[in-house]
Amino acid sequence: MSDLPAVPPAGLAPAAAEALPQSRFDFLPLLLLAAIALIAWPMVGSSSTWLTLTFAGLAMGMIVFIAASGLTLVFGLMDVLNFGHSLFIALGAYIATSVFAATLGWTSVASLAPTLAAVGLAMLAAMLLGGVFGLGFERIIVRPVYGQHLKQILVTIGGAIVGEELIKVVWGPAQIPLPLPEALRGSILIGDAAVEKFRLVAVVVGLVVLAALLWMLNRTKIGLLIRAGVQDREMVESLGYRIRRLFVGVFAAGSALAGLGGALWGMNQQIVIPQIGGQVNVLLFIVIIIGGLGSTLGCLVGALVVGLLTNYVGFLAPKLTMFSSIGLMVAVLIWRPQGLYPVTSR
Amino acid sequence: MILDRIVSHDRPRNRGLAIVLIAILVGLALTPFIFPGTKALNVAAKVIVFVVLAASFDLLLGYTGIVSFAHTMFFGIGAYGIAIASTRLGPTWGALAAGALGALALSALLSFVIGLFSLRVRAIFFAMITLAVASAFLTLASQLSEITGGEDGLTFKVPAALQPSTEYASAPFLGASIDGRFLSYYLLFFVALLLVLALLRIVNSPFGRVLQAIRENDFRAEAIGYRTVVYRTIASVASALFATLAGVLLALWLRYNGPDTTLSFEIMLDVLLIVVIGGMGTIYGAVVGSVLLVLAQNYLQDLMKVGAASVQDIPVLSQIVSPDRWLLWLGILFVLSVYYFPNGVVGRLRAMHRPPPPAPSART
Amino acid sequence: MSEVLLSLSGVHTHIGAYHILHGVDLEVPAGQVTMLLGRNGAGKTTTLRTIMGLWSASAGRLTFDGRRIGGPAEPGAKADSPRTPEIARLGIAYVPENMGIFADLTVRENMLLAARDARNAAELDTTRLEWLFSLFPALRKFWLYPAGKLSGGQKQMLAIARAMVEPRRLLLIDEPSKGLAPAIVQNLISALRELKSTATTVLLVEQNFAVAKALGDRVAVMDDGRVVHRGDMAPLAEDEGLQHKLLGLSLATHH
Repeated sequence: MSDLPAVPPAGLAPAAAEALPQSRFDFLPLLLLAAIALIAWPMVGSSSTWLTLTFAGLAMGMIVFIAASGLTLVFGLMDVLNFGHSLFIALGAYIATSVFAATLGWTSVASLAPTLAAVGLAMLAAMLLGGVFGLGFERIIVRPVYGQHLKQILVTIGGAIVGEELIKVVWGPAQIPLPLPEALRGSILIGDAAVEKFRLVAVVVGLVVLAALLWMLNRTKIGLLIRAGVQDREMVESLGYRIRRLFVGVFAAGSALAGLGGALWGMNQQIVIPQIGGQVNVLLFIVIIIGGLGSTLGCLVGALVVGLLTNYVGFLAPKLTMFSSIGLMVAVLIWRPQGLYPVTSR
Repeated sequence: MILDRIVSHDRPRNRGLAIVLIAILVGLALTPFIFPGTKALNVAAKVIVFVVLAASFDLLLGYTGIVSFAHTMFFGIGAYGIAIASTRLGPTWGALAAGALGALALSALLSFVIGLFSLRVRAIFFAMITLAVASAFLTLASQLSEITGGEDGLTFKVPAALQPSTEYASAPFLGASIDGRFLSYYLLFFVALLLVLALLRIVNSPFGRVLQAIRENDFRAEAIGYRTVVYRTIASVASALFATLAGVLLALWLRYNGPDTTLSFEIMLDVLLIVVIGGMGTIYGAVVGSVLLVLAQNYLQDLMKVGAASVQDIPVLSQIVSPDRWLLWLGILFVLSVYYFPNGVVGRLRAMHRPPPPAPSART
Repeated sequence: MSEVLLSLSGVHTHIGAYHILHGVDLEVPAGQVTMLLGRNGAGKTTTLRTIMGLWSASAGRLTFDGRRIGGPAEPGAKADSPRTPEIARLGIAYVPENMGIFADLTVRENMLLAARDARNAAELDTTRLEWLFSLFPALRKFWLYPAGKLSGGQKQMLAIARAMVEPRRLLLIDEPSKGLAPAIVQNLISALRELKSTATTVLLVEQNFAVAKALGDRVAVMDDGRVVHRGDMAPLAEDEGLQHKLLGLSLATHH
């Protein structure tokens, strides 16, 4: 019969013999987020402008997070880098235009309920179709080239090209305006600051998605499998789980989220062009690199940081907007080469 | 055979391929005579420039195994070098030299830094970061209007000898007018020929063989004793320099350069398409692929118009074969190439007379 | 003689260009602990991974409980050999050399993952859990802490406990004592002895001969990708000369 000694086993640090090892949550990246916001405050000058910009930044960050969350999980779980992810974003945006065109009756009235219904419908349709096409994309384009990184990059780019052209076939190559519905135009005043109504919706949607993701990842067995799979895919298979099937589901979910992000982004920009996916693509890559490939929390913090920075710099020095994101990426990589919240794996 | 030594013993190894290559060579060499008109000459010049650009990318991707989306940056640096120097210093040969040398120096420096960086991060990371860097560079070029002419770009004059208005013969010779344009064209042609032969020389040298070993398995190469850092950095720099020279040639021909002419992501995609469809790791693939792509870009649309006319009234179908959607078909071809012709057109041709080797049974 | 649960016959494995296993013949009888010994590089880990389907056998045949689980399909055979998840679901648990612990997940989550029949922690078999806690008290202590915070020995215990959280037909364990302090190795031996008492079939790879001697019923020694000696443990444990010849050591120099 084993009788483990009362003395802690060799290897455990002496100090921890008294207390159980505390799992310290890594707050530093969150401090970075706060720091950026706080440093911008005096630079912007007026508090009300700062508040507006901050809110705009958070809204943008949320939208980017929604669009990018799928990308980072797909990469973390199966080492698949989907350069075609932007396709689903574009799809989502275009679907939103179609839904809004079809529900013109609901959105032209300045009342909230039918407007929200239309917006909700647009979001649902974007997610649904994003997911369905994601399934197709995974089956046809991605599955044949598992494990071959170079081919993956090439083939997903090819798929994105073909997809973008097909979008032009269905919706035409011209840009399509996506004006915000009456009820969502304008801003709410909080003290001195004007907070755009649509931005509020975006933040709320973002929080809902975040909550749903966190719940799924932390409270369900599937979420457990995903988190484990991101760290050590082989071991999860050795435990008897068919991780390939799981992957298809994650891919579809990621594409659905990208679709949702696209719909929101389209509404944010108020105009949809075929290259809309490409616009966001670079931003997505920057965000998931900053956050750490495979980390959902990192993706969130990265997206918020990039959102805030883009809005502050856009106000203070518009010419430097693109560089601020890249500069931030370089700075983060120097500090933490694997991203803000690296996934301990492999 | 002397021909063998000129191509550094990297023979086409397939009769079909050899015929195609010779046809391309002769076609390009005699374009002013065979294909009259400015459009044909412009298309041919574009083919020549892309051959060099794609071949330089093949050195990086096909031989060294590095995926970088920042390649168009060096293309742009070369073109802007000429453009800026000619604008600032006037249309002289000295300006051209200064511009070219300055561009080469800048490219060498940037590619050196990027090359070193590529070794510190995972390949996937690196690919994404080069995408971001290329984006940033494009924005930079659009915004430094005083230097680069911003969104509108720079239009400039070339030395008198190359200007279209300079006539060397009063009457056309065998169908071609002998003027500055004619001279420019052959300048491009011969410089490009030399550059391609130089690339063949590089990839077939001991250096090139080590690159291929590193591409296959860099751990093993390192274990054998090759310092992969050194080789990959040199390959990055060399590839960038060739791309810069391609930019120089383009600027000389167009007498104009702007952000979209050389730095856009569309150009990066074109190069990718060329190298993959043509055949990675062959250099000849860049030649064949460039011809295919540029011809498709310029003439496929006319071809498709014919097809489109017949299905004009059917809604979706008419859109799919609409000549504006030529990229759709090229994209499909691209995807099919990656799956079924991993070695591109060149590889397929070469494989035709050899039974494929039996595939190993190891799974993973 | 008990029935053979796992059998390998003429198994070759190639990894890329490397030919690692050169025709392994191995029989693991049910209900006993079979030790797989050998020098570094003899092919022991490769054998376990081939059984588990993580690497494909390029030739030969692997059978578990009468079912083919590896080796190229015979002409006319309908299906491909099962993949790793299916092999695991036949009742084989694998404890790899690197333990395969998910460092960012808690001990509880690690155990839950291994319990395929439990959809959440509430559904874990409490009796069985208590038994495991009695064998590995550290698990109870660090139940809600990230597994990455455990010491090396504790991680090894967790890895083995994971393989035992539900009844399995066969356990494949790769060098559990590697890198552990002598006191911990003793605990390990006690825990595995307890496991033995449940008549679970185990294929245990070890370089530590003391562990082998304490636990093994049968033994197979590998060298150069082949099994060069097989038989009962007892005769080998008594024959120092044979130990030296096969493993390059003698009992006197090991504890």
